[in-house]
Amino acid sequence: MQANLQVRRYDPELSEQGSHLQEYHLEVPDHFTVLDTLMKVREEDDPSLALRCSCRASICGSCAMTVNGRASLVCKTRLSEVSPNGETVLVEPMNNQRVVKDLVIDLQFFWGKVRAVEPYLKPRGEEPEGEYIASNESMLNLLTPMGCIMCGACVSACTVLEVDKNFLGPAALAKAYRFVADPRDGETQQRLEALNDESGAWDCTRCYMCVDVCPKGVAPMERIMDIRELIMEAGMTNTPGARHVESFARTVAHSGRLDEPMLAIDTWGRTNVVKLMGNAMLGFRTLRRGKLPLRSGPFHQKQPGADAVGRIFKRLSK
Amino acid sequence: MKYAFYPGCVSRGGTPELYDSTIAVANKLGIELEEIVGAACTGAGVLQEKGLKLGDTLNARTFAMAERMGLTTIMTICSTCQGVMSQANKRLLADSDYLAEINEELKPEGLEYTGRIVIKHFAWVLVEEIGLDTLKTFVTNPLEDMKIAPFYGCYILRPSDALGADENPGRNEYLERIIEALSGEAVNFPGRLQCCGFPIMLINEKNSMEMVGRHTHNAKAAGADAMVTPCPLCHLNLDGQQPKAQAQRGEKIGMPILHLPQLVGMAMGLTQKELGLGRHIVSTKNLLSKASVRA
Ligand code: SF4
Ligand code: SF4
Ligand code: FES
Repeated sequence: MQANLQVRRYDPELSEQGSHLQEYHLEVPDHFTVLDTLMKVREEDDPSLALRCSCRASICGSCAMTVNGRASLVCKTRLSEVSPNGETVLVEPMNNQRVVKDLVIDLQFFWGKVRAVEPYLKPRGEEPEGEYIASNESMLNLLTPMGCIMCGACVSACTVLEVDKNFLGPAALAKAYRFVADPRDGETQQRLEALNDESGAWDCTRCYMCVDVCPKGVAPMERIMDIRELIMEAGMTNTPGARHVESFARTVAHSGRLDEPMLAIDTWGRTNVVKLMGNAMLGFRTLRRGKLPLRSGPFHQKQPGADAVGRIFKRLSK
Repeated sequence: MKYAFYPGCVSRGGTPELYDSTIAVANKLGIELEEIVGAACTGAGVLQEKGLKLGDTLNARTFAMAERMGLTTIMTICSTCQGVMSQANKRLLADSDYLAEINEELKPEGLEYTGRIVIKHFAWVLVEEIGLDTLKTFVTNPLEDMKIAPFYGCYILRPSDALGADENPGRNEYLERIIEALSGEAVNFPGRLQCCGFPIMLINEKNSMEMVGRHTHNAKAAGADAMVTPCPLCHLNLDGQQPKAQAQRGEKIGMPILHLPQLVGMAMGLTQKELGLGRHIVSTKNLLSKASVRA
């Protein structure tokens, strides 16, 4: 098949020129992956093209790039999938991470985040004679985060990292969950406290980007939700994030429906007047435009069926 | 065409203009909507943080209520409602024991979900059920020369397997198709599939405002006259918080944000009043005169 690639090139020695797109057109076998195609370019056409890869079998995690804007392992992406009719395929380095050259990014950012969650077991008490024993069942929910191959695709796609480089990010948080949930670890409480802090588990927007791009089914966002659940279960409820969830649950349990203004009041605290006054949901402008915040709070009307909803809450919320 | 209508909390709260414009447009298109009275909030992904079963039970209850109304398709008008319900339905249908367990919780109300419900956002109804060719026949005020930037909202797209990306591969381009059917020009801009930042508005305002600022700025830089969204939560943030985002960015943007039914209604000759276009935070005045929408 005909391969038509557009590759973003960047040469650090010519950094003042910035990056540019370069086209490659070549004939390749139908079964070729995007990686096979890039390697053929490098071997036969342009040895200056920089890219990183190793296993070529979606195991090592070193070949993540963006393909038509989507973070992907290029060794797992068939050319025919992204270019069924010979369409031009745009290959660029991952986002949110510094580009070293062409398609190669600096791994420091990724590993710095993972290191920050102290990704190793910290058992408590006396060291056992043999190994630390954990039951099969207690390890089952660690399987998904353990599948992570550290490729960085989720970090590339994360919408929060795009605006805030301090956020721990999906891969590191998924890794953190792996240790929080490990029955052999002795510092669960300390770990949860750290994750409850700024730039931790509450800063995720739940955008599902990481879930969609992860090639290994780690579903980092779902692990972040697991962490939030554990944080709340551990009684750490005095953060805007936890108050937000509690308030949400309370208003729905009461009336069957979400009450947005009340959510702001509960999340920020009733006494934080400066913040509350600045909130558009509660603001004068909203009121003037007929957006009805007066139905809020104690006036938030119960809707029919609210009692049945309340009953379900009583039975099922922890 | 008759649908069980799930308007969602936000169209009954912070964005009443979405509710009104949906009803106005549905009437014109001959879509019959019967509201699911007494249905609870979907949980919006937030209640799901407290445990999935609670959220799944609330949604199963809604599905059961729609079945009791004798209907098979629920129409939503919110990306978030759509996403949360699609995911819940997927879980319920995948595991009959789980469904039975949840049906136990519904018994006191005499409800049972048998698994026959399909959930479709208004945007999907337009493209998949009404059809773009039919939609075109309703256009009396074509949006010629109007550049519209589509903004989808996460939950109508992702997780893509639950949102039918395989069975209906074009869903992440439906807004473009609809804009074109209304004779407008769809503007491409980075961010069309990104997050609006609403879920963290109350938790990390700075990041949330940075997202609003970027998206509205990028849409404007791409030449858009307005952005359109199928999600009222995106609307709350992109429209309602735009003044704050502008202040944080130190830049005047002034990007009008339309709900999808408002855009459709504009092209069908509905009035500003019928579509609630005076209820936005960012003024729609210039846009409406350019699009010749009657007061
Ligand atoms: S769900 Fe959260 S962690 Fe995952 S990409 Fe979105 S913001 Fe980042
Ligand atoms: S979580 Fe998935 S996408 Fe993220 S680094 Fe691990 S394998 Fe890659
Ligand atoms: S080369 Fe190892 S994952 Fe792609």
